[in-house]
Amino acid sequence: MPAIVGVGYSGFNANTPDLSWKEIMYEAAVRAYEDAGIDPRKDVDSFITCAEDFYEGFAIFDEFVPDQLGAVLKPTCTVCADFLYGLATAYMQIESGLAEIAVVEAHSKASDIKTFGEVIRHAMDPIWLKGVTNAHPYYLAALEMSYYMNKYCITQEAIAEVVVKNKRNALLNDSAPYGAKLTVEYALKSPFVFYPMRKIEIAERADGAIVFVVASDEMARKITDSPVWIKGVGWWSETSNYDIMSFEARYAYKSAKMAYRMAGIENPSKEIDIAEIDDRFAFKEIQHIVALQLAGKYDVCDLMSEGYFARNGSLPVNVSGGNLGVGNLLEATGGQKALEIVIQLRGEAGRRQVDCEIGVAQAWRYIPTASGAVAVFGV
Amino acid sequence: MAVGRKKISCPPYAEGTALSERDISERRVTIFEDHPNLVYSWTAGQAMSRFLNELKNGKLIATKCEKCGRIIFPPRIYCELCYKPIDGWVYVKDTGTVQTFSISYIDPDARPLEKPVIVAVIAVDGASPNMGIMHILGEVEPEKVYIGMRVKAVWKPENEREGAITDIKYWKPWRDEND
Amino acid sequence: MEVEIVKGLKFHKKQDVAIVGAGMTTFKRRLLETGKELSYFAVKQALEEAGLDIKDIEMVVMGSAPDAFDGTALKGEYLLDGAGGSDRPYLRVFVGGGTGVFAPIAGYWHVASGLADVCLVVCEEKMSCCHPHPQSAFKYIWDPILDRPLKPNLIWIFALEMRRYMHVNNIRHEDIALVSVKNKANALDHPCAQVAEKITVEDVLNSEPMALPVRRLDVSPPSDGAAALIMVAPHIARQLTDEPVWVTGVGWALDTTHWTNRDLYFPRYVAEAAKMAYRMAHITDPRKQIDVAEPYDPFDYKELHHMEGLGLAKKGEAPILTREGVTARDGDLPVCPSGGLLGVGNPIAATMGVKACEIYWQLAYRAGKRQVAKEVTTGVCQAWGDLMQVGTVMVMSNKR
Ligand SMILES: [Zn+2]
Repeated sequence: MPAIVGVGYSGFNANTPDLSWKEIMYEAAVRAYEDAGIDPRKDVDSFITCAEDFYEGFAIFDEFVPDQLGAVLKPTCTVCADFLYGLATAYMQIESGLAEIAVVEAHSKASDIKTFGEVIRHAMDPIWLKGVTNAHPYYLAALEMSYYMNKYCITQEAIAEVVVKNKRNALLNDSAPYGAKLTVEYALKSPFVFYPMRKIEIAERADGAIVFVVASDEMARKITDSPVWIKGVGWWSETSNYDIMSFEARYAYKSAKMAYRMAGIENPSKEIDIAEIDDRFAFKEIQHIVALQLAGKYDVCDLMSEGYFARNGSLPVNVSGGNLGVGNLLEATGGQKALEIVIQLRGEAGRRQVDCEIGVAQAWRYIPTASGAVAVFGV
Repeated sequence: MAVGRKKISCPPYAEGTALSERDISERRVTIFEDHPNLVYSWTAGQAMSRFLNELKNGKLIATKCEKCGRIIFPPRIYCELCYKPIDGWVYVKDTGTVQTFSISYIDPDARPLEKPVIVAVIAVDGASPNMGIMHILGEVEPEKVYIGMRVKAVWKPENEREGAITDIKYWKPWRDEND
Repeated sequence: MEVEIVKGLKFHKKQDVAIVGAGMTTFKRRLLETGKELSYFAVKQALEEAGLDIKDIEMVVMGSAPDAFDGTALKGEYLLDGAGGSDRPYLRVFVGGGTGVFAPIAGYWHVASGLADVCLVVCEEKMSCCHPHPQSAFKYIWDPILDRPLKPNLIWIFALEMRRYMHVNNIRHEDIALVSVKNKANALDHPCAQVAEKITVEDVLNSEPMALPVRRLDVSPPSDGAAALIMVAPHIARQLTDEPVWVTGVGWALDTTHWTNRDLYFPRYVAEAAKMAYRMAHITDPRKQIDVAEPYDPFDYKELHHMEGLGLAKKGEAPILTREGVTARDGDLPVCPSGGLLGVGNPIAATMGVKACEIYWQLAYRAGKRQVAKEVTTGVCQAWGDLMQVGTVMVMSNKR
């Protein structure tokens, strides 16, 4: 079973005017290699970066990857998806014998994008969807939220609880720029920007880079005393047609099922100790908790207000602060999730440490998609 | 295993409906047009910020790596081969050697240019071998250009420089004074 | 923790990987169909050849080059349903122009890792969406600080590389033009071909100058198209066919972004990728052990350049093999028997149809009129992309 033997990151910040995206990649990579005790020029067999052209502003972003990762003239590729897909790719390459040590990188330089709404709109079907309205494409998430709330009686209060919990968790994370101490009442006063979605429920964008060093079972045992095993990976796509998406995060349910099967997890809500899941819109945390089978869809609201998912609760979710606290990191979102799980499993989370042995990280490919990935980690 | 010539011929058929340029320009087929407004402003970062500021002074700057001994141009803050931070900044000359060149008759949208452009990779004097940049050649007829030709940068007047690679107008043929 | 790491990949995989079906659409400058529809056509044909249903497909790999062509961000997500990715694990990989051979490499690790037993690989490109010209999309491949202000055209880099290759190896344009003549003629036998024709060396040398030394007929055209390939585990292959083609080696490498810091005369990125693939496939003398090759030929000099990178010819000697007819379809080492990109067309990633798919068809003896004259056991295909930077190589064999 492949394991994480080194992690490094740079960020996370609301913006990073002093460093280019190449330089934040370099910073994260240097830290990861130091953490793993390896030399990228000699020891790494494969480098994988996770990037989308239009998030970067380049036509072929892959060109600009190798130098700052130490990957010049080595097997290097781009996966057009979230970091967790990159992790799955590393897993497959290692299990195929193509690599003993693989490096996965993802970053966000969201602050370089001046017309973020237009970039998302550009991902919508050009014929069906793009021309429908000039509203900011966040409305797609609001439509889904409306459907989901109605169908499963999700309350406004429960969604406000997500915001309060995650922003508060972020106060204990030095790398989270959007921490705050709020009340549910305050959150419920935030204006609707896309009814029924409030402004405060939308994660602000952030910059940062994450690099993982992944090694084969044998190699991991050689180079570290504290490997974090990748027990399972899963990824899944529903459809590209917005009109027929489940609006219930079936992509998360299916990718979790794949990862759980690989990890031998039969009862996720009992066996999983900690979860970091995509909360780029606050309601998504609730939807993803259900999809990952961490709680029943009719219990989730009560559990949320009882503090079941709080840092000191029975099943802590988004202890790092989640996207609401750390920020929307675009394709690096899953990277930040996986990073938190690895740090927690290693017992290096300091003031926000929770007691855990098995953790799950999940990310969605953001609007307008119904695709996502899951990874299960253990020590 | 049964190998040998087969009756099967692949691909067995070719699907797809070819269109002519006029089908598009005269809208004989249904077309959806979009002009996305995608704007980015990249922070140049440490290496390129210094490089661009030095261009304003009419100077080319490189970085050096003491481990492999390279003078790296264009500069970066890390040596990608040794994978370590660079050990300092050094000025290089604004003269160099043509490594390869092309005479371009088309613009970025593949439209014909009125006057062809001569483009070249120029290895800059003072940097390690092969450390060059792409730029334009001027004050020379296309047929006079050759690989190995010595060239020198022609700068914009100081008050017109803006910290861009185009602060060098072009590179012109040049004879070393010691020749 | 200081540990001396002793490297040396043994390529231990969970299972072997066979190819059992392929498909492609016609390649044309402009097609009516959307990228989704083209992907669908290619997948349908591949499923037909393999005798499989879409329900049998466990995972899908998508290969497609810049989003800027199709004019859609997150292009992989957009193409998903046409490519058969609905309701299953679906992953898009991307190494610029090298994607056409890289996507099947990704298909390989999906199966070799044991995560999938049946993996569908789809490559699509719809370049005609981009206006005023597909080359306009390439404006955005350049470094925004060092290159873009000079208003470069894509062809520039190839012209610069071609000139360097000719200069260092002392090669004449006439020798390079022979490749264009050969491939465009080979393409006459390909039902999907866009620019198949009988031309002469003089036609190439007298064609319109684009960025000298590159002239119009040195270049493959922009195209729309799609291709698909089905890769399976041995126990599935046994049920489907008596003659699967096995993937015996894969390799890829990406050179530095700073292309103006490299000597362009030799493609090190291809040589490194080939080294990996050959080591895996136990190939020590590629010129002798490889029977048929499909190196990437978006420009005529590129076929020669890549043959040298693949070790099929010594440095500077690929033009001699071409002149002597060794690389003709009835020669001792047929190269680009499909007609290549120069003859069939160049829908960037979808060129998988004339690279990986063609080698599969050749080794399965299903290439019809394009079947090479000699007996074949082992073939190699290769693609290349980014800023003259990435090499992707796959070796296949009809013997396990
Ligand atoms: Zn160095």
